[in-house]
Amino acid sequence: MKSLLAPGHRGCAGCCDAMAAKFTLMGAGEDCIVINPTGCLEVMTTPFPETAWDVPWIHSLFENAAAVGSGIEAALKALGKKGNTKVVVMGGDGATLDIGMRSISGAFERGHDLTYVCIDNEAYMNTGVQRSGATPFSASTTTSPAGKVSFGNDRPKKNMPAIMVAHGAPYVATTSIGYPKDMINKVKKAVDIEGPTYIHAHAPCTTGWGFDTSKTVEVAKMAVQTGLWPLYEVEEGEVTKVRKIGKNVKPVEDYLKMQRRFSHLFKMEGGLEEIAKIQALADKNIEVYGL
Amino acid sequence: MAPENKIDKEKMVVVEGSYAVAHATKVCRPNVISAYPITPQTHIVEDLSQFMADGEIPNCEYINVESEFSALSALVGASAAGARCYSATTSQGLELMHEVLFNISGMRLPVVMTIANRAVSAPISIWNDHQDAISQRDTGWLQLYAENTQEISDMTAQAFKISEDKDILMPSMVCMDGFILSHVYEPIVLLEQDLTDEFLPAFEPEHVLDPKNPMSFGAFADPNYYTEFRYLQEQAMQKSLKKIEDVANEFYDVYGRYYGGLIDEYRTDDADIIIMAMGSIIGTIKDVIDKLRDRNVKVGLLKVRSFRPFPVEAIKGALKDAKVVVVLDKNISLGLNEGALFTETKSSLYNTKLDMPIIGYMVGHGGRDIKVDLIEKIVDDAKEVIKTGITIESQFTDLKEELL
Repeated sequence: MKSLLAPGHRGCAGCCDAMAAKFTLMGAGEDCIVINPTGCLEVMTTPFPETAWDVPWIHSLFENAAAVGSGIEAALKALGKKGNTKVVVMGGDGATLDIGMRSISGAFERGHDLTYVCIDNEAYMNTGVQRSGATPFSASTTTSPAGKVSFGNDRPKKNMPAIMVAHGAPYVATTSIGYPKDMINKVKKAVDIEGPTYIHAHAPCTTGWGFDTSKTVEVAKMAVQTGLWPLYEVEEGEVTKVRKIGKNVKPVEDYLKMQRRFSHLFKMEGGLEEIAKIQALADKNIEVYGL
Repeated sequence: MAPENKIDKEKMVVVEGSYAVAHATKVCRPNVISAYPITPQTHIVEDLSQFMADGEIPNCEYINVESEFSALSALVGASAAGARCYSATTSQGLELMHEVLFNISGMRLPVVMTIANRAVSAPISIWNDHQDAISQRDTGWLQLYAENTQEISDMTAQAFKISEDKDILMPSMVCMDGFILSHVYEPIVLLEQDLTDEFLPAFEPEHVLDPKNPMSFGAFADPNYYTEFRYLQEQAMQKSLKKIEDVANEFYDVYGRYYGGLIDEYRTDDADIIIMAMGSIIGTIKDVIDKLRDRNVKVGLLKVRSFRPFPVEAIKGALKDAKVVVVLDKNISLGLNEGALFTETKSSLYNTKLDMPIIGYMVGHGGRDIKVDLIEKIVDDAKEVIKTGITIESQFTDLKEELL
């Protein structure tokens, strides 16, 4: 299969964004238009006069990608050019869970035929690892740093997929760049469904999370195998498919140990209690989704 | 000499200003309309919604968005995908669009938007002044101001033609005074479909989001490239000066109606005093001028139709023989104690041989009525300036002392 994201972009070695974009395009196919809010992906792929995109691509602003996508979909319809062309938004977690929330909510409520892929690396990585609404509990970031009286981010991740299910989206799925086939197939399924569909892709960031550049996929897999990032599909509001972990479930400690952003938990007094709280989050997922 | 208007009275209908705009938009055959309701713009998008509901705008999608921010954002995508795009807003809605305004002009997307000009809060005010649009003057949008409902109707079609010109490709705000023009009923001739089709061909963009020919829009430009993008935007603005005039003439050729190009002049030929203003106040000023001319006061009017691009040369030409210039502004640049038209007119005359006194008045904020006697008093001040020179360069007027 021809890659629609050209090599030679300026992503870091081991970059999760490049993988996520590539897998998304493999699922969407070449007859698509990509909308990309501000973030690493935009910056690293389109330094003028170069572009890594072999599909039509537009960046507008940080907070309006879904609205821009709405307009593209409407224009294709009005001009009689809709055909089979897929409208695909690829936004980071900041652009999705935080600043772009209103625009996404509006686009989904209006029922535009587009697929929104959130590439979730759990903080604002483009600007130097600041916390977002997707930053997990007890992760240290530059704006939620661990310190003498803090274990880092004191809130759990916002449950974005649940919010999108609540919008009545016909298809919502979680995926991970650690499972390329899973991601490609889910994107393929999403773009073929009429109406607004949402895919939330977990995407470990080597730079922001602090792990070796060769370990991106390994870390991504571990998030799934601990139960911290369950992979499931929701169709018409019902959970229809879950990726089972079964007996291979790993303790969250193994996942946390791989990353600098959690390293304080293993050094600070009371850190073990924090790890236990994170384990409880994973256990809850295992129970809720029957992992 | 301005051509004489040929208004066919047989074709006149009494409609609300907002309806005139909605109708004009309809016959311009938009492909995507997106809008969010806000007083006093709402009637325009309601009328357009009704046209849609009655199937009167073919090949068009209407998006009821969740905010003005998304209204304009949707048009970023729609215009880049090749659609003729329209929206309307005012006041807080326009301010909420601020970031997207730059984005649209930077990507050279020829979106047209009606602004039913309204004051900005706080304190909240739903009534007319020009602060909303003036505050967006540096966003790279053309700003055209209409005097009455006939002009706002016709200016709408002109704006599409100017913006979509391949040498221009800059978006336009078509400004009408909120309530004063948006809610007034006046007899006008509505734009006709056949004439509009003749005047305004379909939008045929050269750069489109198309999977068969992939292009990247809105790339990341480092310091090696950004400046040139800004320069080219300004070049397009400068080219639009002539285009606005050409389109006004082309409009006259098709419809027989003319309101001036960048500016319009009224009884300025031998005027010692020239009043400058924009928007619906023009009608009142013309009445005052007629009255004062009967008393042999040599006063004339310079109506500014295009605030962006700012018609420096046209203004210099019109003012060259005046003994004093009076500028009325329905806005203020806080911290300078001046309205924008005043500041920019002064700036236009600096470094030229023109050296007449210019005085500025900030009037009509938040919908305060601008009455005939206020303008007469201002003309009296101007006469005094001719005799004794400037004492106050720029001032608020018509203030209620008891509230201060």
